[in-house]
Parts: sequence; C-alpha cells; structure tokens
Amino acid sequence: MIPEPFVPVFYALVYILVAPLLGGLIAGIDRKVTARMQGRVGPPLLQPFYDVGKLFEKENAVVTATQNFYVLSYVVFMVVAGALFFSGGDMLLVIFAFTLSHIFLVLGAYASYSPYSHVGAERELLQIIAYEPMIILTAVGMYMVTKSFFVSTIMASAVPIILFLPGIFIGYLIVLTIKLRKSPFDLSTSHHAHQEIVKGVTTDFAGPNLGKIEIAHWYEYVFLLGVIWLFFAWNPFIAVAAILVAYFFEILIDNTISRVKWQLMLRSAWVIAGTLGLVNLGVLYYLRMVVP
Amino acid sequence: MTYLQKSPWIVHYNASSCNGCDIEILAALTPVFDVERFGIINTGNPKHADILLCTGSVNEQNKVPLKNVYDQMPEPKVVVAIGICAATGGIFRECYNVSGGIDKIIPVDVWVPGCAARPESIIDGVVTALGILEQKRLKMLQKGNSDSTKVGEA
Amino acid sequence: MQILDLLLCLILFPLIAALFLLVVRRDSWRSLIVQLSAVAIGIVSLMLLVLGFDKGTLLYTVGSEPVSQVMFFIEMILAVFIVCLGIKYRKSLSVVLILLQAGLLVWYETNMAGHISVGNNLFVDQFSIIMALIIGIIGTLICVYSVGYMETYHNRHKEIRDRRNIFFGLLFIFLAAMFGLVFSNNLLWVFFFWEITTICSFLLIGYSETEEATNNSFLALSMNLLGGVAFMVAIIYLAISDPSGNLMDLNYLLTTGKAVALVPAVLICFAGITKAALMPFSSWLVGAMVAPTPVSALLHSSTMVKAGVYIIVRFAPVLAGTTEGLIIALVGATTFAFASFMAISQSNAKKVLAYSTIANLGLIVACAGVGTYNLMWVAILLIIFHAIAKSLLFLCVGTVENRIGSRNIEDMGGLIVRMPKIAIMMFIGMAGMFLAPFGMVISKWAAIEAFITAPFGLIFIAILAFGGSATVFFWSKWMGKIISVMRDQTVIEDTVKKEKWAVLYILTGLVVVVCLIFPLISSVLIEPFVLNIYGQTARLAQANLTIMIMMLCLLMIMPFSMLFYGKGAQPPVPPYMGGRPMDDSMHFAGSMGVSRELVLSNYYLEKTFGEERLFMIGASLCWGLLLIAGIMLLGVIL
Repeated sequence: MIPEPFVPVFYALVYILVAPLLGGLIAGIDRKVTARMQGRVGPPLLQPFYDVGKLFEKENAVVTATQNFYVLSYVVFMVVAGALFFSGGDMLLVIFAFTLSHIFLVLGAYASYSPYSHVGAERELLQIIAYEPMIILTAVGMYMVTKSFFVSTIMASAVPIILFLPGIFIGYLIVLTIKLRKSPFDLSTSHHAHQEIVKGVTTDFAGPNLGKIEIAHWYEYVFLLGVIWLFFAWNPFIAVAAILVAYFFEILIDNTISRVKWQLMLRSAWVIAGTLGLVNLGVLYYLRMVVP
Repeated sequence: MTYLQKSPWIVHYNASSCNGCDIEILAALTPVFDVERFGIINTGNPKHADILLCTGSVNEQNKVPLKNVYDQMPEPKVVVAIGICAATGGIFRECYNVSGGIDKIIPVDVWVPGCAARPESIIDGVVTALGILEQKRLKMLQKGNSDSTKVGEA
Repeated sequence: MQILDLLLCLILFPLIAALFLLVVRRDSWRSLIVQLSAVAIGIVSLMLLVLGFDKGTLLYTVGSEPVSQVMFFIEMILAVFIVCLGIKYRKSLSVVLILLQAGLLVWYETNMAGHISVGNNLFVDQFSIIMALIIGIIGTLICVYSVGYMETYHNRHKEIRDRRNIFFGLLFIFLAAMFGLVFSNNLLWVFFFWEITTICSFLLIGYSETEEATNNSFLALSMNLLGGVAFMVAIIYLAISDPSGNLMDLNYLLTTGKAVALVPAVLICFAGITKAALMPFSSWLVGAMVAPTPVSALLHSSTMVKAGVYIIVRFAPVLAGTTEGLIIALVGATTFAFASFMAISQSNAKKVLAYSTIANLGLIVACAGVGTYNLMWVAILLIIFHAIAKSLLFLCVGTVENRIGSRNIEDMGGLIVRMPKIAIMMFIGMAGMFLAPFGMVISKWAAIEAFITAPFGLIFIAILAFGGSATVFFWSKWMGKIISVMRDQTVIEDTVKKEKWAVLYILTGLVVVVCLIFPLISSVLIEPFVLNIYGQTARLAQANLTIMIMMLCLLMIMPFSMLFYGKGAQPPVPPYMGGRPMDDSMHFAGSMGVSRELVLSNYYLEKTFGEERLFMIGASLCWGLLLIAGIMLLGVIL
C-alpha cells in the first residue's frame, strides 16, 4: 500500500499524531486507577486533555523568554526521539535524542534562577544519571539477542526477547518508575496532587509552557511503553498484556511506596543496572560468545 | 463548557488562619469528598493555579506574600475567600495587626462563609468561582483581540 | 618531493618563529609574528591535507646521522639543564629519573647506535595528517589567543615576572616538537620529540614561578620522565632484539609480527599513559592548571596529552587481541569512569575541564587498547572532536576568568546576561562534549557499537554507560549555571580583544562544522587509514548519519523560535520564591526585616563522588592493572 521507503516515515507520522492521544488516555487511566486504589472516584477519563486544554487557555507567564525556547526544544526532541523509535531507528540514537530532550527541560528550569526550579533541575539530572545506564544496557541487551540496534529489526525478530533478558526487563521496569515520575522515585516533580518541593523542575513554567511539558510527557509515555513492547515483540497480544500489567504494577508501586531520598534512588537504580542488568548480559554474553 | 471549567487547579494560602478552614479544605481532597472528580487539583504552586483559596484574616506579616502569590498566578484567575476571617477578619477583626479580610489586599471573587467553612460549601464556592473564571477568560480574550487589532492598526 | 618539504616546513618553521619570539620583546611585534606564523602553519597543514590525503603512507629519508647527532647533543644539554633545576629546587625524584634516562640514552648511543641506521626517518599517513591539522590549526589558534591573554594576565598579576618572550618561544617549540612527533618514523626521533614536549610543558606549567606552580611542574616532569624511561627501555629492547636496527622503523615495527612488537608496545603505551595523564598519573594534568589558561588549553587539546594517545593509537594494531592490550584498555576505561565521577564534585571550572579531559583520554586509550578496527576508528574520531571542543572551552573559561576574576563555576551564574557571546560559545562547546548530535556523543555511540563485537566488550560498555551518565550530570549543571538568567546585570564582555573573539568564533564554528562534515573526514582520512591497517573499516550507517545531520540542523533552527516569542510578550514575572517578592537585583525580604540576596549553588555530591576517595580507588585499581601488565611483560621477556 505504502511504497517501501516511506514506511518508516509513515510510522513516524502515526506516532506524532496518535501518541499524544494515546499518552493522554494512558495518563487518564492512570489517574482513574490511582483514585480507585485510594478509594476515590477520580477524575473523568479525559481529564488530562482538559488540563492541557486549560493550560493553553492561560496566560504565558515566563520568568525569562528563553524558557519558551527550552520548553519547545524539550517537546520537539522528545517527538524526534519517539518518532525515531517508532520509525525503526537506531536504539542508541533514540536514547541520545531522549537525553537531549530532557537536558532542555533541565536547562529551562535552571534558566529561571528560582530556588525551587533549581532543586528540581538538580534532582531531574540525578534522575537522568540514575536511569541512563540501565536504558543503555537495555539497548545493548536487545542487540545481543537480535544482533541489531535498529528497532525495526528488533521488532521483526521472531525470538521471544524476554526469555533472554529477564534481568534487563526487571531493571527496565524499575527505571521506568523514575521515568514515569512515580513514587518512590518522583524526586524532581510529580504528577497528580502530590507535590515535591513546590513543583520541582516545573515550578516556574506556567500556562502554555506547562501544557507543552505535559504533552511531551504523553509522547514519552508512549515511547517508554513501546520499549516494553520490544521485549515481547514476537507476539503482539502478549506485548499488550505485558504493557498493561507493567503499567498497573507501576501504579501500584506509586501508591504503596513513599518517596525516597536521591541517594537511595541513585544507588538502587545503579545497583540494579549493575547486578540484574549486567549479570543478565554477562550470562548472555557467555552463552553467545564463549560457549559456541 | 470550556477546558478552564473542567480543570480548575487550586493553590491554597493560609493568611494567619486558625487552621480550621484549612483542615476543611484538605478534607475536600479526601476520598469522602474527592474534589478530583471535578478535575480540581491542589497544586501548591501559584504559577500553575487558577483559583486561589485563601483562609484567615491577613495580618501584617503575610499580606505581602499573599499579594505576591496572587500576582504570580497567570491570568485568568479567581480568588475564593474561605471562612469568616477571610471575609471580615472574624473574631480577630479588632486585633492591632490584622488587616481584616482578604479583600483588603487582593480582589476577592467568591466568599465562602462559615467558621470553619464546611467542605461542601467550599466545593460549592469553587464551583461558583468557575463561572467567574469563565467570564474573566472571555474578558481576557476580548482584551487580547482588541490589543492585537490595535497592534495591527499601528 | 613536495610533501616532504611541507613536513620539514611544519617542523622547522615553528622553530624559527620560536627563535624570533625569544628575542623580540615588543608587544606589537610579538603579536604580529604569532599571527603570521599561525596563519602560515595553518595554511601549510591544510596544504598537507590537500596534497597528502589520498597518498597513503609515505616514507622519507632525511639525513639520518647528523640530525641524530644533533638530537643526542640537545638531549644531553636538556638533561644537564633539568639536573641543575632539580638540584636548585631540591627535587630529587626528577633528578634521579633524568639521570636514569640520560644514562640509558648514553649507553645506547655508545654500545648500539653504531650499527643502527634507520632508512626512513620521516613518514606521513592519514593519521599524521589529522594530528597535523589539529596541531596546526587548533594549536596555533591557541597561540594567537595567548597574545591577548598574557597581556591581561600580566596586568592582573603584577607579581609574576614578565617572561613572555620565553613563553611564546616555548609555545612554538612545543608545536614544532608535536609536528616532529607525529611525522617521525624513527623511534629515536619520536623519543627526542617526546622529551621536548615533556620539557616544554614542564617549563610552561612552572611559568608563574610560584611555589605551587614549581611543585606542580616538577610533578608533571617526574611523571612524564617515568614514561620517558619506559620509552627508552623499549628502544633498547628493540635494539637488542634486532641489532640491525630495522625495528627502530616505526612503520616497519607496526607492520611486522606482533611477537617482537608487543613488549616495546606495552612499554611505549605505559609512556603514553603517563603522558596522557591516565590514572594513576592523572594528578599532573590536574596540577597543570596553575599555568596560564592557554597553556592548559594547549596541553589538553592539541598537544602533550594528545601525543600520549597518538602513540597508543599507533600501537593499537599490535595490542589488538592481546591480554596486555586488554589491560591497557581497562586502565583507560577505569580512568574514564573515575575521572567522570570526580568531575561531579569539582566547582573549579578548570578542574572540571581537566577531569573531563582525563576521562576522554581514558576512553580513547580504552578504544585503542582493545584495538579492533572499528575501535581504532572511534579513537581517532574522539581525538578530533575532543581537541576542538576542549580548546574552545578552555579559552572561554580563560576569557571569563580574565573578566570576572574567578574560575569557580559558582561565580559564573547568569553569564548569559553578563557575557552573552561567551556564554553561548561555552554552551556550544559543552554541547559538543556531551549532547547528541555533537561529536563526542557520536563517538561514544560508535564506541558502544564497536565494543559490543569486541572481546570482553561488555565490561567496557558497562563502564561507558555509567561513566557516560556522570558526564551528563557535571556538564548539564555547569550549563545550567551559565544560562540561568539573573536580571540587573551589566554586560562586561566589551573589553575582550578582537583577536580573541576571532579565535573563539573560529573554534565555535569548528565544533559545529566538523560535526556536520565528519562523514567526509571519516571517509577521506580515517577510513582509508583504518582500511590500510586492518583491511576493513568502520563507519556509521548512512540512515543514521542523515538523521544526525537533520537533528543538528533542527538544533540550530530551534533558537530562532526566540524571535517568535519576543514579539508582544508580557514582561517577565519574577521566579517563585514561596510568596516572598524579589526585586531585579535578586534580593528578597528575609526574616527579621533583613534583605537577603538569593544565591543558588549546584550539587557537588561530595560524599558520593568526593575526589580523594575516588582517586584512591581509581589509582589503586590502575596501579594494580599496570602491575599485572608489568609482570606479564617480564614473563614475555624472560
């Protein structure tokens, strides 16, 4: 139907158009489920869309005009990272684009020179260094199983990747908690009503800028859950089920564990990457490279 | 209904309240009342908020921060004064350091009576505020449009 | 023999310039000479590129005997000079090492040199051309920059003796020695130029003649002399194993079997490790920051440490697949991780830069030590990108230091308002160091892809993943510091000199342009070189390149969005201060009616990433690794 060279472009476009809708819906479900876990009714399913719609109706108050630039770059590079991922690009490139986009968010917070944003920015950076090794090891693990960094190849692989990378998968779920800004690792800022040092990294963004950050989060959700899909790519049904279970698990953790200090976050993320991740890879390496 | 009315985020400021009304505000967030049903979130950050919930009689110490919190909220915004102290100064009215009512410092849109105000009436006050919020938004929009036409003419 | 003329010109011309600079004392003359020679050297190195890029390896015979005699003579004089200085400042270690080294040299000359003659003393290939371009363009740009810098430096520090003629003379001798080093095919010549760079850096680090500078310069000297001794031992080993002297021919040595080359390769790599300031020898480079900033820029980017990694990358094919190579790579990787961690805890801008240099050199050595073809490709890429970005950053920090009188990162808050142009350049330089799609990240990415297929690559990937994330942290927080907008500040960069601006603009342009044209550099210079050695080569996938370049363009377009936001925007609001109003001068009403200034400070995480503790761990790990390598070497020799 679509000429071969345009297939990646097509997937990228689908991501760009559909991801915010899907991401917003996920956020809505998240809030609903969270509310139920707390014995509340919770907001309407489409509440995240109302929130963002509202934010765009508000005045764009900035501390410095450069904030606009940083937030825009944050969104743009988040979209680029996700689009690259869904068009079947190189996992490592995706990860670097992903980091780049987060650095822009951090810089936007630094730019305002407010104590709350500043603390948020530092903590966001700590979160980045906490999760990055594990994410890279995830990509490396995928390579070891499928012999390719390209998402398209990994997707097409008939191998049940999860069976080779159980440790990596658990490690990924744990850093996913950081990435989804869930307790116990919601140090830099958090969703919902629970607060962290005012609003951490987003403190000094108001109105449309905050709305853009929210939209970037939706893009991010879809991308991060897409990575879970890769582990189960050989069977789409299991993949969807795994994503649902994993996300439910994240919500459960969010609602049952209280926030930790950064030291513990960094240590646990690195120790897990270093043990589960590396041991998993080491075994795989041994089996693949040494045994045959 | 616009998005603004479906997603009113509040910031709560205690201007030397006795903590009675504040407890009631927080009670509104609990599962019993669950204001998040209406999309209401307590943000704790004026820059994210649409509605300022204010309690207490305002004294010399906190009138500056009160004004500052109000100023930092992006337009459109409304103020809900909660409890009798916020309305008139209440029993502290005569105190030497009390300004007597939120409206002495910032413009108030909705008054919620009571000592302490009950969660139901607080929710009612916020819902009333939504209508005012919408009016303000339209006004802002018109002003924005007239501004831009002026720029165009110039 | 046109290319040979260019080579000789590159080695000798800086020397002549240096002689002039040693005698000239007028500022205007000095400035003129420096600028003219810089342009000349730059042009000649570009000509070398144009003429030599497609020629492969070229070997040249240059009058061997007389030149070698002169070199020996100069080395003896230098040895005497160092001994005198060592005795004067009571630095016994340096004296012992230089005597040991000179003794070895004399013994070699008297017992062995007689029947050794190397046919081809000079050579040039693509790697030499790359190094020559780095030295010839970045090195000379730094020299041009120094003219203005040293003037301000001496106005600021009246207590320091004005010996600018010696300073500039040394800079150019340094460049000449670097050129000599990368073009020499005779190992003895390499050693001679190697020693010259050691001594030049020693003198430059000690330029200010304070006690700290003197101590640090002797530290640098003794560590580098230790490497020099190892180098000398390697030469003697080669002379013993083949008395005809064929093995002194670097090109021949690298292309013949590994069996002979391994022992000298490890010894020379040890020398390279000392020179490249890897752990446990990193302290000399950190200490070297007492020197005027252009010296640091020169040492860190285009000369000195690059000589160390140059020689290790040269020997990479010999190291490939050997346990010794793996150990050297591990020293590099350990250094990368620990230096990156230590950089987190530093607030001194030059120290952060120093640790970042050490980390990146570690990474280069890690690549070269494992030594597969694609890692060699990565190592050369790293050398190029690192040289450009790091020189820019050092010069920016130097300029800032001259203006605000501090090199502390905490004092650089709001630089975007005070010195907007410099801040943007620093921003670009830092982006070049750690952000996609700039050079260092391209290289890191290629390194991961290359390590994954290499033996024991997983260890290196793990180290790269953890160390790399630390890199993100310390660069971003510095970046955040300079871009935080503080109002009520005045612009203070008007007084910066024109030639300084020119240098900074060129370097900033290079960071971006080299990133854009790196596929070209790769296909013209690096790939043929790697192909020539290994018979296969690495490159990034075409699709990825396109995406990278698109990302870079996107990144360059993004700032224009600022124009769009500038129009009709409301005046900015103050930052949130928990309800406290704050005025434009960053003051707010604190308790008890006192007005306080808002001061924000970055995280340095001393307890987790403290310098002392990490250095202890890293250095002992590296000592251990080196010890193992030494024992294995003894096993091979015996």
